[in-house]
Amino acid sequence: MAMERELLRHLVKKPATIIYPFESPEPIEGTRAKVEIDILKCIGCGTCIHDCPAYALEMVGKGLTCDMKWYPGRCVFCGQCVESCPRNAIKQTAEHDLATTESVESAGMMSERFVEFNRPKKE
Amino acid sequence: MSNSTYKVPIGPQHPALKEPENFLLTVDGEEIIDVKIRLGYVHRGGEKAFENRTYVQGLYLIERVCGICAMAHQLCYVNNLEPMMDVEAPPRAQYIRTIVAELERVHSHLLWLGVAAHEIGFDTLFMYCWRDREVSLDLMEMITGNRVLHAANTIGGVRRDLTADMISKTRKGIALLKKRTEYYKKLVLAEKTILKRALGVGILSTKDAAELCAVGPTARASNVKKDVRKDDPYSAYDEIPFNLITYDLCDVASRVLVRVDELIESANIIEYSLDHLPTGPIGVRAPRSIPPGENVSIVEAPRGEDIHYCKSNGTDKPERYKVRAPTLGNWASMAKMLIGGYVADVPITLAAIDPCMSCTDRVAFIDANSGKNWIWSTEQIKKYSKKNGGR
Repeated sequence: MAMERELLRHLVKKPATIIYPFESPEPIEGTRAKVEIDILKCIGCGTCIHDCPAYALEMVGKGLTCDMKWYPGRCVFCGQCVESCPRNAIKQTAEHDLATTESVESAGMMSERFVEFNRPKKE
Repeated sequence: MSNSTYKVPIGPQHPALKEPENFLLTVDGEEIIDVKIRLGYVHRGGEKAFENRTYVQGLYLIERVCGICAMAHQLCYVNNLEPMMDVEAPPRAQYIRTIVAELERVHSHLLWLGVAAHEIGFDTLFMYCWRDREVSLDLMEMITGNRVLHAANTIGGVRRDLTADMISKTRKGIALLKKRTEYYKKLVLAEKTILKRALGVGILSTKDAAELCAVGPTARASNVKKDVRKDDPYSAYDEIPFNLITYDLCDVASRVLVRVDELIESANIIEYSLDHLPTGPIGVRAPRSIPPGENVSIVEAPRGEDIHYCKSNGTDKPERYKVRAPTLGNWASMAKMLIGGYVADVPITLAAIDPCMSCTDRVAFIDANSGKNWIWSTEQIKKYSKKNGGR
C-alpha cells in the first residue's frame, strides 16, 4: 500500500483520457495521414509506385496523360512517396478520419477502394 | 518420473499470454519439473517478403517485425546496409537516431512495467505506467510523425530534423518522465504487492544466463555485463557516457529494477544528446542497389540484442535477409527460469523476459533424432494447408 498518496492526489484530477469521437486531439504538425497528389505537377515517372512498400499507388494511363490512384486501405502512411517524388507533387495532410461508416457490401472491400486523382481534360 | 506428474498445456490461446505460443509444463503438484516450448503460431513469412522488396521498401517492412522495437529494428537495418552502400549518416543524424532509440526504450520499459504489474494483479500501477508512457509516445509522434512505427530512418540519415521547439518540448517531457520513474523505483522497492510476487521468483543464475546466452535486461538482471551499446557502440553511443545497469538478485524483482534503472539512464542519455546535438545535415544520398556482399549488424533493442544479416547480389533487392529478434535469444533461459517454480508464477516469469512472440516465430523442420533439417516451399505449405482443412 505505497500508492495511497498518489491515488488520493489523483482523485481530484481530470481523467487522463479523452472521449474520442466527441473530442479529438489536435493533429500535430507533420502528421502522416491522408495522401494527396497534385496531378498537374506529376510527370509520371513512377518513382512513388516503385518505392511504395504497401503497393498502395497505381498509375492509370501513361506519361503526361496519366492519372493516379491511391488505395487508403493498403496504405501504411509511411510517407515514402512524399519523399521519393522529384516534383513535390505528393503531400500528406493531417486528415486521419479515413474510416467509412458504409457497410462492407456497399463500399466494396476496404483495400479495393481508391481515391483517383484525374488530370483535367484539355479541349 | 513417477505417476504423480501431469502435463499442463499453456497456450496457444490462454488468458495469461498476450500472444499465441505453447508451453507444455510437466508438473508435480504445484511444482514445474519440465517445460517444452513450441513456437511458430504467428509466423508471417517476413524474411521471405524482403527478397521481393527493394531496400527502400524494406525500410518499412522491417519496422513491422515488432511494433514496440520498431526503431531498433530499423536502426539495425540501416546500420547493416550503410556500410554495404559505402555511405555514412552525418553526426546530427546519428544523435537524432540515438534520441529516438532511447525514447523507444523508455516507452517499451514503461509498457513492460505496466504489463508486469498487470500479470501480478496490480492493475493500478499498470494504468499509471501506461498513462506516463503516453508522454514518450507523444514525443516520438512530434519528432518522427507517428506514435508507433515511426519510420524515422532512411538509408543514409534520418527523415526529419529536430527543431528548437521540439528540443525544448522533449526536455520538458523527459524531465517529467524522470520524476515519474524515480517515483516508480521508490514504489517498486516499497510495495509489498510487487515484492511478494517478484522476490525469489524465476531464478536464473549468472552462470546459467551466460551459458544459455540470455540477452538484454534478462541477462543484466542476472549480473551478466552485456550491452551492445557498450560492447559494440553504434550511432552516437560511443560519445555518450552512461552506466551499464546490472543487478545480482537474478529473479523477477531484479529484472524490474534493471528496467526501472535503465529508464532513468535512458532519460540521461536523451538529455546528454540534446545538449550535445551537432549541427549539420541530417542525411546523405544513398544508392539504390548494393554490390554483392554480406554484412551483419547488432543493435541493443529494448528487449536485448537484435541481430540482422543481409546478403546482397548487386540488384536493388536483398538475396537473403535474416532477423534474430531478442526474444529468440531468451527462450532457453526462459525454460530454465520456469523449472523449479510454481504454476501460479508462470505468467509473471513469462512476462519478465518481455517476450515478443511474433518477432520470434520461425519455421524450420528438424528431425530431433537425426538432427537433419529442411525447409518447405510456398507450394508445399499450401498443399499441407489444404490437406489439413485450409482453403
